[in-house]
Amino acid sequence: MVCDNCAKNEAEVHLTQIVDNEMTTVHLCPSCAADKGLESEGSKNLPLTDFLAQMGKAAMAEEEAVTAGPCSYCGTTVDDFKRSGRLGCPHCYSTYDSQLRAILRRIHGSTQHLGKVYVPPAGEAADRGARLTVLRRKLQRAVESEAFEHAADIRDQIKELEATVES
Amino acid sequence: MSNFDPASMTSFGLEWLDTTGPHSDIVLSTRVRIARNLQGFPFPVRTRASDRTAVLTTIREAVESKGLLPDAVFIEIEGLSSRLRELLLERHLVSRELIGQNGAEPPAAGALVVSAREPVGLMINEEDHLRLQSLTSGFNPEDTWQRVDRLDEKLGSELSYAFHHEFGHLTSCPTNCGTGLRTSVLIHLPGLVLTKEINKVLQGISQVGLTFRGLYGEGSEVVGNLFQVSNQTTLGKSETDLIDHLQKIAGQVIEYERRARAVLLRDAPNVIEDKVWRAFGLLRYGRSLAFDEMMNLLSGVRLGLSLKLLSGPSVYVLNRIMIFAQNAHLEEASEGTLSASELDIHRARYVREALEQVEPS
Ligand SMILES: [Zn+2]
Ligand SMILES: [Zn+2]
Repeated sequence: MVCDNCAKNEAEVHLTQIVDNEMTTVHLCPSCAADKGLESEGSKNLPLTDFLAQMGKAAMAEEEAVTAGPCSYCGTTVDDFKRSGRLGCPHCYSTYDSQLRAILRRIHGSTQHLGKVYVPPAGEAADRGARLTVLRRKLQRAVESEAFEHAADIRDQIKELEATVES
Repeated sequence: MSNFDPASMTSFGLEWLDTTGPHSDIVLSTRVRIARNLQGFPFPVRTRASDRTAVLTTIREAVESKGLLPDAVFIEIEGLSSRLRELLLERHLVSRELIGQNGAEPPAAGALVVSAREPVGLMINEEDHLRLQSLTSGFNPEDTWQRVDRLDEKLGSELSYAFHHEFGHLTSCPTNCGTGLRTSVLIHLPGLVLTKEINKVLQGISQVGLTFRGLYGEGSEVVGNLFQVSNQTTLGKSETDLIDHLQKIAGQVIEYERRARAVLLRDAPNVIEDKVWRAFGLLRYGRSLAFDEMMNLLSGVRLGLSLKLLSGPSVYVLNRIMIFAQNAHLEEASEGTLSASELDIHRARYVREALEQVEPS
């Protein structure tokens, strides 16, 4: 589809608008969209793979770490990742550690997970302590927001966990 | 856990249409999903069919052994006709990734698990091994998140997830890693579109870490003034911060939309009333309706209901039309394959009949 504005470039931004009481969808190329103050949405409507590939390339250039990989566990190469924007397995995160850090910082502005602490089923007592802390915080929040059914659920989980920590 | 009975399809997974949620005159639905992967297997995109089957079995056993999902229905995608797969997609219960391209064979060992008792479920072997999801009526991020979180806590104590001390939950696409959490609200914004404020608002939300998409998710066009607003980042913030932030910003967008509607009513009441009634008239009497055209007309009627310019139909009826007048649903009802022009004729007939009993005033 060609851009409605310049009729030259490929349209990548689609927006339904109303002009003179007629609803129309405008199809714009990224540069015309930018002129209309839509550049941030435009870049987000680009296929994610392109977006990642660009970042991947930039990161590679910076780090000159083209020698990394392929992943010894799943065989994913730098090219596979650049092409698809997908990693092949959890181990890829170690294989491409330095490039991924750059990419994660660009996407999320951070590399540090601040969400729930996951404890695997056979977790150590210390992990369970960390999880208890998280659960207690959640319990408090659930009570504050009057989500009593949820709070009861969390209380059960805490009891269960406390039993295993003590034993 | 029971297997899926295609005969149940008439009402399957449609609870979110019922307009019981907050602000459901403006917000159609809230969706929360989190991505998880099992330790010890490559991600689905990289796995052999045998690994995908092992992942499916492992997850199914964990869900079944503890009865984690009450009255769960288990749907193996490969066992469905291509029509049924498209129906699930049109109901927003599965992604294109899970069911494969229309007409092509679906990816191996994909499954959808849905609780029959509450709006929460799983997609297995999608882009990640597990997508825990909940879809609810109206504007409900906190509650919807809690449903998914509860399921995650239970599943996580049975399954070994791929988790990294720094990067959090590891996902196939680095855009999802950390919390793996994506919350999206489907918002109807005709007021902001008509007052030409929409670009400013969309630009604003993109500056505060949110993004928007069309009705069918990533890469899809905006139709019928329906915008899916969701969080852009998943790493570096806690789940509660991500949810709170979306709740706050989307709440503001709702507020802007209400103000824009008030402005329209004040400054151009006749134009708006005419637009709303014309939309109703075309839906009620048209003999051929393209999908996009129908969605734009539904938008007009939806606006009219919210502004009390029309006394009926109910928002629920509009929500049902939006689902049942899609292509695969129309073909299912006609028990055959329809050409593009036949689809438009069937669509118009479906809409006429749905609105037949309605005599708004
Ligand atoms: Zn252009
Ligand atoms: Zn790998």
